[in-house]
Amino acid sequence: MTEPRDEMDRLRAALKGAAPQADAARRAEILARAMENFDALAQDQAGRLRPEKDRPQWGGLFSGVKDMLSRLTSRAALAATTSVAVLALGVTLVTLPQQPRPGAVALPEAVPVPEAAAPMAAQSEISNADAMALPAPISPAPKMANGGGAAPSMHRMARPAAGAAAQMSDVAALPPAGSDRFAEFESAGVKVTAEEPVSTFSVDVDTASWSWIRRSLRGGQMPDPAAVRVEEMVNYFPYDYAAPAAEAPEPFSLTIARFASPWAEGKDLVRIGLQGKLPPLAERPALNLVFLVDTSGSMEGEDRLGLLKTSLSLLLGQLRPEDQVAIVAYAGSAGEVLPPTSAAERGKILDALGALQAGGSTAGGEGLELAYRLAGQMAGDGRTGRVLLATDGDFNVGISDPEALKTYISAKRDSGIALSVLGFGRGNFDDALMQALAQNGNGQAAYIDSAEEARKVLADQAAGALFTIAGDVKIQVEWNPAQVAEYRLIGYETRALARVDFADDKVDAGDIGAGHQVTALYEITPVGSAARLSEPLRYGRETLGGAAEEAGWLKLRYKAPGETVSRLIERAVPMLSAEPDPDARFAAAVAGFGQLLSGSRFLGAWGYQDAVALAEGAKGEDRFGYRAAAVELMRLAEALGKK
Amino acid sequence: MRMETADSDLALAAAAGDRAAFSALISRHYDRIHALCWRLTGTKAEAEDLTQDVCMALPRKLSGWRGEAKFTTWLYRVVVNAAHDRRRRQAVQAKAASGWGDYELARQDEIATGREAERWLYEAMRALPGDLRDTVALLFGEDLSQAEAAEVLGIGEGTVSWRMSEVKKRLRDFAAREAKA
Repeated sequence: MTEPRDEMDRLRAALKGAAPQADAARRAEILARAMENFDALAQDQAGRLRPEKDRPQWGGLFSGVKDMLSRLTSRAALAATTSVAVLALGVTLVTLPQQPRPGAVALPEAVPVPEAAAPMAAQSEISNADAMALPAPISPAPKMANGGGAAPSMHRMARPAAGAAAQMSDVAALPPAGSDRFAEFESAGVKVTAEEPVSTFSVDVDTASWSWIRRSLRGGQMPDPAAVRVEEMVNYFPYDYAAPAAEAPEPFSLTIARFASPWAEGKDLVRIGLQGKLPPLAERPALNLVFLVDTSGSMEGEDRLGLLKTSLSLLLGQLRPEDQVAIVAYAGSAGEVLPPTSAAERGKILDALGALQAGGSTAGGEGLELAYRLAGQMAGDGRTGRVLLATDGDFNVGISDPEALKTYISAKRDSGIALSVLGFGRGNFDDALMQALAQNGNGQAAYIDSAEEARKVLADQAAGALFTIAGDVKIQVEWNPAQVAEYRLIGYETRALARVDFADDKVDAGDIGAGHQVTALYEITPVGSAARLSEPLRYGRETLGGAAEEAGWLKLRYKAPGETVSRLIERAVPMLSAEPDPDARFAAAVAGFGQLLSGSRFLGAWGYQDAVALAEGAKGEDRFGYRAAAVELMRLAEALGKK
Repeated sequence: MRMETADSDLALAAAAGDRAAFSALISRHYDRIHALCWRLTGTKAEAEDLTQDVCMALPRKLSGWRGEAKFTTWLYRVVVNAAHDRRRRQAVQAKAASGWGDYELARQDEIATGREAERWLYEAMRALPGDLRDTVALLFGEDLSQAEAAEVLGIGEGTVSWRMSEVKKRLRDFAAREAKA
């Protein structure tokens, strides 16, 4: 009985009456800042400091980024990026600066935060190495992930909704998962050894996925399966791998373990672990760091700019007097905030950091170029340069063409200045973009959601994160078809390389920083196992396999810093599985957890409670409490998953 | 009437660099801006953010003020454009939580307040695409005439009437769905 007329009146009444009171404190703050902007503008105009051309205030500002974002997230664009960086930090730092928690770390209270000193935040990028290396990507149609819906719905919004038929509102048509975007990949499937005995991937590994998932779960939501990257989750945790001997020629140690798969009877897991050397702090090259800080309005808030300040001040604690720091802001108070300054002048640096304010209109995109220019000025013998971009992803770097941006960052990388990206805030964090940027800069991308995470990424592992001990690290495993019927690489979907890329030194791959760790897991099905998924071929070639008493042959290539020719390390994969140590069991639990979150079909009846039980029994020493926290998170996922 | 004259005078003075004039102008209109922001976005948090966007940009926007339109009309246009850009930005980032569009927020809000009227408003606004919401917010929320709304939105009056008939249609559908549920 609802007359349309009535509905209209009802809407009129509701709209007229309902507006809530503006928040008084916010009002005062906003008014004060508007006045600041007014003053700044007046000053500009008076002093003609910056000829204010008609910079589009609203409309044009983001269009470049928009364009870049939508293009960068496409699979092809991601694939095009070549370099990847790795950060699998080892857990070496023991002293945890008892940093006061900055007022607002925005952690849901529900979960205690045992990860005081998170060790490894590695970050990773996603590269679709496969496509990256090949002239013509073999990968299937470039579908966009989550962000895929974005571009179309954008158009829908921009246009008057003339199409009366559109039943859904434009907003309702948006993907439901929040504004965060992730590179899409397809879960690597099971390979039949007889058909495809060789598996190749780049080691580079971030850890951003773990913090991301944690944040999501603590917020009461199951993470977007596209956000789940199993290798990043596994690599988040420190493992007790043997450190390479100081006099060993290789910059890292390599361990291989084989044990029964916890989720599949008749299958084994093979764990490959790399541990980077950790040269004494005093021996590392002096650093030139340029902090490029996003101070646009969206960075407002304690979990963004506030946390960013905390993070960078934590990093300062890890620097030596000969290191140099400069700060560039690229919105509001744009430009050089702090000229190159010795890390010894801590007070001066902290003051400059503290003075950063979010808000104001973005003052153009020279930030990135300015940061590189400063880093260039700081360059010197035996010094390594790095730009650390801190942003929530809602930013305009000033180069809107993704190809140009990629080329630009790669060129800078080749000239010796790396780029790392620290992500903050949830809601518009652009994972794919961050990854792409960092990959091209041979840096890492980390997502920082709490002061604890900041400490893990920037204080505890800063040493390793900031200089490379091995470049272009690639792993290739040739499985023996006489022993292994099928295999599956768990995770690393976005890092697969073509077989021929392994020995091609021109093909870029991930770097390993000082003290970093990298872990990779294969699931294998021995010949004769009932767990085998594929039917053996009638005219099978399996017998062609080597009779050698080994399940497979692992080859690893890396380049020593400054070299262009790679070195090779080879090792056999053992024939028999052994009792797994706690590290191996824990890694398996996390890998299983990740596969559950991503909806993997390889786990059978194995569920969250199994992951909890496995991880619980494999906590080991757990000096910093990361593993205990992981178990909590698994429990949380179990509870949420039931809803 | 005096009030409006004063607005445009203040705006001209502010555009010329008069600090006190700008301060008076923005204080006077803050609540109006905020209310419109709320009507355009549908959540308190978004409204505060959008208000901030608008206020931060006003100095520069105002520097282009030539007094050609009524000040409030001009101001509404600034706000609507800002909302539009914000929405577009969120769309680019695939953000679902854009105010009226976020069912979950609305639902939680309803649980929190327990107010049926608010729930209804959330749902009703959610049933409308962005440009229809803008139009309704100006006509109903701000009591503009169709001509004024057309000026703010930079569209013809005919389009405004057409949009309002669309709103009617959609509200009818919405009511039918509600009745069924």
